[in-house]
Amino acid sequence: MNTVCALASVVIKELYRRKDFYVLFVMTALITLIMGSVTFFNDPKIARYLKEICLLLVWVSGLVIAIGTTARQIPAERENRTIFPLLAKPVTRGQVVIGKFAGCWFACGLALVIFYLFFGVISGTREGKWPLVQYFQAFWLQYAMVGVVVALVLLGSVLFAAPSSNATICFIVVVGILLLGRHLNQVALNQTEPLRTMVYAIYFLIPHLEWYDVRDFVIYDQGTIGWIDCFLATLYAAVYVALLLFATWLAFRRKPLNV
Amino acid sequence: MSRIFNPALILVLLCGAAFGLATVVQPRAQTWDKRGNSANVLNLVLGDSRRLFANHFFVKADVSFHSGYYPSIFDQAKPSKDSRHMTSEEGSSEAEEHERKMNFLGSPRDWVEAFGRHFFITKHTHLESGNEREILPWLKLSAELDPQRIDTYIVASYWLRNRLGKLSEAEQFLREGLRNNPKSYELLYEMGCLYKENYHDQVRARHVWELALRRWHEQELDKKDPDLIGLEKIVIHLARLEEDSANWDRAITYLEEALKSSPNPDLLRQQIADLKAKHAGKTSQDGPRDE
Repeated sequence: MNTVCALASVVIKELYRRKDFYVLFVMTALITLIMGSVTFFNDPKIARYLKEICLLLVWVSGLVIAIGTTARQIPAERENRTIFPLLAKPVTRGQVVIGKFAGCWFACGLALVIFYLFFGVISGTREGKWPLVQYFQAFWLQYAMVGVVVALVLLGSVLFAAPSSNATICFIVVVGILLLGRHLNQVALNQTEPLRTMVYAIYFLIPHLEWYDVRDFVIYDQGTIGWIDCFLATLYAAVYVALLLFATWLAFRRKPLNV
Repeated sequence: MSRIFNPALILVLLCGAAFGLATVVQPRAQTWDKRGNSANVLNLVLGDSRRLFANHFFVKADVSFHSGYYPSIFDQAKPSKDSRHMTSEEGSSEAEEHERKMNFLGSPRDWVEAFGRHFFITKHTHLESGNEREILPWLKLSAELDPQRIDTYIVASYWLRNRLGKLSEAEQFLREGLRNNPKSYELLYEMGCLYKENYHDQVRARHVWELALRRWHEQELDKKDPDLIGLEKIVIHLARLEEDSANWDRAITYLEEALKSSPNPDLLRQQIADLKAKHAGKTSQDGPRDE
């Protein structure tokens, strides 16, 4: 456990030493504040467009940070040859995988906390309402989804040759699931066999990341989601994280470390 | 020879040629597309693709109006192309039709879909009690990107004047629309409604509606499929206005024009008969007095 924590703390330190998070946060804040300074039809109470823009930026930034941070972890260790002293500690390859995952996930969590604090302040001051439970649910579900994304990118980093190709492929897959995942069953029903079965199989196999996007509940003040549903969604994400990390370990276990 | 091909001289020559071409082409380019005349930065950056974005923002306003409950391109019930449901009153035929169309979800096909429905909005509601203001930014953006989209001005004006009590803002926005679309009878009709229903200024309303009717005749009369609903709205409102002012003849003329387009001609015929009876009664009452 100590080994995993030590590995994770290195990743977290890397996040605050690199400029990615700061650039994305400043960009999000700047765009939101500029949009917030515009008044439409002399009505200062209009707020939902601002919440929508800010949450969209939070989601984009969250994904960029998660994928960008995770994609370079294992390849960087191999390129710099720091993986050899690390494994000689002794640290097992399984611990490396779990440590890297934990570090990236916690680092993304820290970034998300700051993003959501900013969102909460902007939204609260504009609307005069503080639906903290709603914000917490939105944060938690996004955080759970980021966990799956981090595990997926970690698997990609042992399968693909370069971090750039891994990041690009993972970004396309994640955005594809977010946009189309919910509708794949409808698409399948409009196909002929054997395509129908194939699309339906993909529909059941992919992690349904779109469940975790509950921005509409926050933007349109539609109340909270049931806690049992939140718990089940978290469990679903945990199962996918475990599966993906296990697959990563299987692929990493026999992978030659020389570049 | 090397002196002739001096790079600095070539650069100066190229700059001169570019400047000369710009002075010739630029004034012509401005006349190529009337929609491209705006000095707006968004128009400059996005070019013609701004109309796609304008459409996207208009749909966004509709999504916002439904608090996120909206059919996607995969849902069988396609979102309505027209925007009448956005300005229809509760209980009207448009509202009922819209209610039917928005029942697009059906029962879930599998457990993934059933569980997933806990995480997106599945209830059909419309914004109310002042929250209608939330659609306005999207409409404003849509109008900025495509000033020729008439629906944008009409929907925004409807909510501004009827639910939000922002009459001067509604008038200003409609005027902006009319500046961009000076021949639009729809915008003139909406402007007339603002004068009649909100400012209670019958004279200006009459002038604007009469102009709207003229514009309708200029643009729609020769069309294969004219906008008869638009015509009916204008003439019915004009007829009511004339009836209120006891101009029976003109009211009857307008109602007779509405007969051409009305889906309910029997009702109109009855109203015309009533007006004629009123007119006859009035004339007979006035007759002895004149004597």
